[in-house]
Amino acid sequence: MGIVAPNATGLSQFEQAIKVGKSGIEFHQQLKDLKFSCQIGGIPEISQVILDNNFTALEQRGLLATGLIYGGIAGQEAWKDAQLEINDELDTDTGIIFGTGVLGVEKLREAFNKIDDKQVRRLGSTSVLQTMASGISAFLGGKLGCGNQVTSNSSACTTGTEALLMGCERIQYGKAKRMLVGSCSDSGPYVWGGFDALRILPYQYNDTPELASQPMSATASGFVPSSGAGALMLESLESALERGANIYAEVLGGHINSGGQREHGSMTAPNSTAVKSCISQAVVDAGVNSEEIDLINGHLTATAMDATEIENWSQALRLKGKDFPYINSLKSHVGHALAAAGSLELVSSVLELKGGFIFPNLNCEMVHPDILKLIDEDKIPRKLIEKKINLLAKASFGFGDVNACVILKSYTNE
Amino acid sequence: MTSEAIQERLKTIVKPYINNQENFEKLSKESDFINDLEINSANLVDIVLDVEDEFDIRIENDDMEKMTNVEATVEVIQKKLSAK
Repeated sequence: MGIVAPNATGLSQFEQAIKVGKSGIEFHQQLKDLKFSCQIGGIPEISQVILDNNFTALEQRGLLATGLIYGGIAGQEAWKDAQLEINDELDTDTGIIFGTGVLGVEKLREAFNKIDDKQVRRLGSTSVLQTMASGISAFLGGKLGCGNQVTSNSSACTTGTEALLMGCERIQYGKAKRMLVGSCSDSGPYVWGGFDALRILPYQYNDTPELASQPMSATASGFVPSSGAGALMLESLESALERGANIYAEVLGGHINSGGQREHGSMTAPNSTAVKSCISQAVVDAGVNSEEIDLINGHLTATAMDATEIENWSQALRLKGKDFPYINSLKSHVGHALAAAGSLELVSSVLELKGGFIFPNLNCEMVHPDILKLIDEDKIPRKLIEKKINLLAKASFGFGDVNACVILKSYTNE
Repeated sequence: MTSEAIQERLKTIVKPYINNQENFEKLSKESDFINDLEINSANLVDIVLDVEDEFDIRIENDDMEKMTNVEATVEVIQKKLSAK
């Protein structure tokens, strides 16, 4: 796996950060200067050393697509972490599904300015690569020499979770041995502006950014915009065992659907019937009983919809009160990384399965009363729990009324 | 400017784009950008932009098409400089 998150870059640093509850949300002067209501956000810190390890000097020239930077780093870390080598020969067994929402908006802005200035001839050679949606999968495909399917999916905030399930299917169909899956999202005002305009971002925490993202809290006031990338290497068990790979966890199954913007669903609000169906069908596909699920990594963006999400989980799993699994939201640490959210959260989930812990929910001193009507307060850990977990459910829900849910299991080689 | 001086400055410009170090070190008038220096063809437009900035000239499409090796490129630059 690989990760570039606002609170840490690199797997070991990230694991440490989520265990201690390190926030990645900061105030950004640029947002203030541009008169944003919400002047905070999550932007990963990338050192020049890390940049040099992942991009040649030539690739760094005019490199403005932050999503491509984050995804390029996370994807290459996942490759190395999977103990794979970069060869001159084409690797036809390995493919890539690496999604994004919009890539390289900063580069697009530069291009628009030059074009309007009648300087189209001066765009240079990398404008296309940095701004095409599949720029990230194309970049990684070339770096790693992948000869199987190389593509980018896009389904708003479900992108990362959808990428994992799509990669999984390709391996199940026997069309690939390995699929590098993940997603990335650009940072900055040109990605986040549309959400600020929708007035769904918190504007009261510009002086206390680390307190702003409050999933499941009574005082939740909107999601904190964020960015980054997560990457996971999926592999058939047979292939992984054959080459003695370090196995983090097992994908048992999952489901993808859409609410069709019907039955109270809309472009921005979920059709709860479809959400529940997505979760319950994922459980069926995984061949498990809902009582066996130890932990839910929710979508939980820190809006009024959090209580609705918990209600949907509770009804879909037919579990409530003290029988409900533990539930946490990485968004309390890093905000909502949009298209990257699913993959960041999947990486955090897999680390929990592998390491036997449940990371704490931050900024949730007072749980929303509607949530407490459904589940026990103890199920929302506010402190790190060191505990072996066996089954984890992860769901992502996105604009356009799209849903994805995956069931992961800790791996034991017996 | 002498063609030697132009070639020296051109060498600095193409350096980041080359993929054949050995041929770059023995760069000559005949060195071909794609075949000898193994420069990615997409990067030829970047070299043209860098040349424009370095010499403060403007290179049109028909001139750019000629710029496939060191000698032809130096000639184009020299022509543009003398027309300034």
